[in-house]
Amino acid sequence: MAVITQEQVIAHEPEHEEHAEPTGILKWITSTDHKVIGMSYTITSLVFFVIAGILGELIRIQLSHPAMHFVTQEQYNELFTMHGSLMIYLFAGPFAFGGLANFIVPLQVGAPDMAFPRLNALSYWLYLGGSITMVMGALTTGGAADFGWVAYAPLSNAINSPGAGADMWIIALILTGFSAIFTGVNLVTTIFYLRAPGLTMFRIPIFTWNMLVTGILILIVFPVLTSALIMLYCDRHFGTHIFEIGTSPATTGSPLLWQHLFWFWGHPEVYILALPYFGIITEVIPVFSKKPIFGYKGMVAATIAIAGLSTGVWAHHMFTTGAVLLPYFSIASYAIAVPTGIKFFNWIGTMWRGKIEYKTPMLYAVGFLVIFLIGGLSGVLLASPPIDFATHDTYFVVAHFHNVMFGTAILGGFAGVFYWYPKATGKMYRESLGKASFWFLVIGFCLTFLPMYKLGLDGMPRRIATYSSASGFATLNEISSFGAWIIAIGVLLIVINLIYSYVVPIPAGDNPWDGHTLEWFTTSPPPHHNFYKLPKIRSERPVWDFNHPEHSVIDRPHLNGAANGKLNGVTSKTITKEKDHES
Amino acid sequence: MGIKKLLSTLKNPLLLLMFLVFITGCNLPTFGAFKGATSQARDEEKLWAGMVIAAIVVGIIVWALIFWSAFRYKRKKGDDSIPRQFTHHNIIEIIYTVIPIIIVLVVFGFTYVTENEITALKKDPALQVHIVAFQWGWEFHYYNYEGHKVNATVIGNYNAPPVAPMPAGQTIQVWLTSNDVVHGFYVPKFNFSRYAQPGFNNYFDLNILKPGIYPGRCTQLCGVYHTQMKFTINAETPSEFGKWLTEHSKG
Amino acid sequence: MKVEARLLLIIAVFFFGLTIIYGLWSKGEAAGTVMLAASGLLALVPGSYYLWWSKRMDPRAEDNPSANPSDGSGVIGAFPNGSVWPFVFGLGATLTGLAFVYGTWTALLGIGLAVVAMIGVAVESRRGGYV
Repeated sequence: MAVITQEQVIAHEPEHEEHAEPTGILKWITSTDHKVIGMSYTITSLVFFVIAGILGELIRIQLSHPAMHFVTQEQYNELFTMHGSLMIYLFAGPFAFGGLANFIVPLQVGAPDMAFPRLNALSYWLYLGGSITMVMGALTTGGAADFGWVAYAPLSNAINSPGAGADMWIIALILTGFSAIFTGVNLVTTIFYLRAPGLTMFRIPIFTWNMLVTGILILIVFPVLTSALIMLYCDRHFGTHIFEIGTSPATTGSPLLWQHLFWFWGHPEVYILALPYFGIITEVIPVFSKKPIFGYKGMVAATIAIAGLSTGVWAHHMFTTGAVLLPYFSIASYAIAVPTGIKFFNWIGTMWRGKIEYKTPMLYAVGFLVIFLIGGLSGVLLASPPIDFATHDTYFVVAHFHNVMFGTAILGGFAGVFYWYPKATGKMYRESLGKASFWFLVIGFCLTFLPMYKLGLDGMPRRIATYSSASGFATLNEISSFGAWIIAIGVLLIVINLIYSYVVPIPAGDNPWDGHTLEWFTTSPPPHHNFYKLPKIRSERPVWDFNHPEHSVIDRPHLNGAANGKLNGVTSKTITKEKDHES
Repeated sequence: MGIKKLLSTLKNPLLLLMFLVFITGCNLPTFGAFKGATSQARDEEKLWAGMVIAAIVVGIIVWALIFWSAFRYKRKKGDDSIPRQFTHHNIIEIIYTVIPIIIVLVVFGFTYVTENEITALKKDPALQVHIVAFQWGWEFHYYNYEGHKVNATVIGNYNAPPVAPMPAGQTIQVWLTSNDVVHGFYVPKFNFSRYAQPGFNNYFDLNILKPGIYPGRCTQLCGVYHTQMKFTINAETPSEFGKWLTEHSKG
Repeated sequence: MKVEARLLLIIAVFFFGLTIIYGLWSKGEAAGTVMLAASGLLALVPGSYYLWWSKRMDPRAEDNPSANPSDGSGVIGAFPNGSVWPFVFGLGATLTGLAFVYGTWTALLGIGLAVVAMIGVAVESRRGGYV
C-alpha cells in the first residue's frame, strides 16, 4: 500500500517495489487503480450493450411483419425483459458511473485515485457477479425473467412467474445495486475530499459536478430498489404478501406499493443515467468550440434542480393507475423541462461565436443536441395526464425513452468514448470511421424510433409479441426493423474503430484536443497515481489557462474575483502581459 | 447576441397565440392522434393538439439555434485564432429561465382543466358497468341502467374476445378491477387507458359520441397471452342497447 | 467544506419541503411521503456534520481559490496498489446471492470467502502491503 504525499504528485517510478503495479492477468484481478477498474467496467458494459442490442434485433425481427412466428410468446416476453434489463441495469448505468466516471473523475479533480480504491474494485466485482447471474437466468429451465424490466407485482410473484430465472434476476439486481451504491459513496467522497489545491467546488469541471449529483442521487434511491427487491423475494419465497392480495385483510398488501417503490428509484434512475452523459457533452462542446462553458453556475444550478425535481415525480409512471395525485406529479414533471432547457441554451451559448472543430466527439455532441430535443419534448407531452392516458404503455412511450436514451447513452456516451480514448490509451482513433459510425447511428435511429411515435398514436401497445395485418401497424414496423440494422452497422463500425485503433496505433499525445481540464495535463495514458505535477488552478479551465495565458484569468485577480472563485467574463480586449507557467 | 434575444422574446407571444387558437376550439389537425370517439377523448385531443403545437414551436426555435451555431461558427480552414472567451450573459440567462417557467405554468393550467374534465364522475350516470380483467380476457357485468338494476354479463378471453355493447350518447360509468395481475384497459379511439388492479377499484366515465365499433386491448404486460387479450366495444343507440339489455338481463 | 455542507443542506431542505407539499396535497399518501422524508434525513445527517466540522477544521488547500500546488503538500492518503480481496469478497457475495436460487450450499462457500476477504482486507490495511 502506498502512502501518497503531495510532492510526488503522484506518479510512480516502476523501480520502487512497493509502488509497482501488478501486471498481466493479476492486474485485472487485483488492481485497485481507478483507471484499470474504469476500463474493466467500460469493456464489460459494452459487451452487455452488444448482447442487449442483439436481443433488440431479435425483437425487431419478430415485429418486422404481421403474424411472425420467429419466437414464441413466452420467448418474446423474455426477449424484451432481458433487452431492457441488460440495457438499463447492466449497460447504461455502469458504463456512465462505473466506466467513464471512474476513469475520469479522479483525473479531473487532480487526485491520485478514488477515495476508496478497494471498495471501487469491489464495486466492479459485484457488478460482474450480478450481471453474469442475470444472464445465467436464461439457462434455467423456466428461461430468463419474462415480466418486463419493471417486474410489476403481482405478475412477478411466485404464482405468475415461478421460475428460477426470475429469482436470478432479483439477486442480480441486488448485487448490481450494491455495486452502484458503493460507486456512489466513492464518487461523492472523492469529489468532496481529494481535489487539487485551488480547485474549489465552483471550479470543478461540469462532468465532475454531474457525477457528484449522480452519486448523491444513487445514494438516495438505490437502497429503495434494493429493499423493494428483497421484499419481492420474500413475497415469492417466504410467504409474505407485501405486494399481493393475501387471503385475509390482515395479510393483504398492495401491488401499488411495488409501483411506488420501484418508480421512486426508477425515475431518478433515468436521471442517474442521463446526467453523466449531459456532463460529457458539457466537456466536449467547450473544448471543440474553443470557448469556456457558457453559464457555469447556471449549469450547476440546473443539474441540481434536475436531480432534485427528478426525485419528486416518480408517479408520472403511474398516472393510469387512478391512484396518484395527478396535478402534483404533472406540474413537477413539467418543471424538469426548465433546467433542461437552461442546459440546452448554455450548450448553444458555448457554441455561439466559437470556432467549432468537427472531430468525432463534437459531431456526436451536436447529434445529441438535435436528437435529445425530440425526446425531451415528447417527455413534456407525456407529463400531461390526459395525454398519458392515451399514450401510456403504447409505442409512443417506447419511442420517447429510446429517443432520450439513444441521445444520452449512445450519442453522449460515444462522444465521451472518442473524446477520452486518446487519453486512456495514448492512441488516436480513426476519424473517418468515427464520422461514418455517427451517420449510421443517427440515420438508423430516425428510421427505427421515429415511426414508433406514430405507432403509439395509432394504438399499438407495448410488449405485444405480434400484430395482425388488419391493425395497420405493418408498414411502420417494417421501416423500424430495417432501421435497426442501420444502427447495428453503426455500432459495428465503432467496435472496429476502437479495436483497430488499439492494435494499429497512431500516438495521440498528451493533449490532442487542446483540452481545458486537469486530465489533459498529464500523460496519455496517465501514469500510476495520475500526475507527475499539477498546474496552478485559478479557474474551471486550469489547463487552458496554462496553455493560453493571454486568454485566461490566471494572476489577474481584478478580473476573476479570486477570493470566492467567481468568474467574470474575460474578453480578449483586456489581455495583459503576465505569463505565468509556474506549476 | 441579437438573433438569440429576438427569438427568445418571440417565443412567448407565439405560444399565447397557439393557445388562443386551441381554446377557441378551432379545427386543429390531430397530429397523428385519433380525433376521439368520446367527449373525454375530444377534450384530450384538444389539449394534445395545443401541446404538440407548443412543442413544435419550441423545437423549431431550439433547432434553429442549434443548426445556426453548428454551421455558422464552424472553424474556417487555416483560422487558428481564439474566439472571444465570454462565460455568461445575465440578461439572456434570466430570459431563458423565466420564459420556460411561464410556458410550464400556462401548459399546466390547461392540463389541470382538461384532466379534471376527463376524470370527472357524473353523479347519476345512465349505465353502470363492472369490467373485470383477468388472465387473459375481459368480463363486462352490467348492473345498473337508467336507474334500474339489471344483471347482464358479457365475457370472453383470448380464444374468443368479448364484444360488449354500450349505449352511445349516454354517460357510462365503468368500475374497473382485476382478478389477478395488473392489466390495462385501453381503447385507442377513446384516447384513454386505465389500469385494472387487484384489490383496487377504478372508476371513470365514458360518453361515446356516435355508435360504432371500438376495438380495445390490454396494455399492461400480464403474462403469456397479453398480446391476444382483446375486446370490442360495440356502441349502439340507447334504444338498441336497451333492447339488448332486456333480452340478456337475468332476474 | 462550506460549499459541500451548503449543498447537502439545501438538498435536505428541498426534500423536507417536498414532503410537506406532497404529504398535504396527497392527503398523506404513505409511500411517497415516507420516502421523501427519509431522503431529507439522508441529506440532513452528513450535511449538518459537514457544517459543524467546516467551522472547526483547518482550511484546506482545495478550498482556497489562490492556492498553489505546493500548498497541498503532505500526506494525501493511503492508496493500495492492488489487492485481491475485493475479488474474493465479490465472488463470495455472488455465491451467497446465488444461494437464494440454488440452495444453501453455495452460501456456505460464499460466506466463507467473504469472511476470509474481510480478514484479509483488515490485515492488509494494518500491514500496508500485499498479504
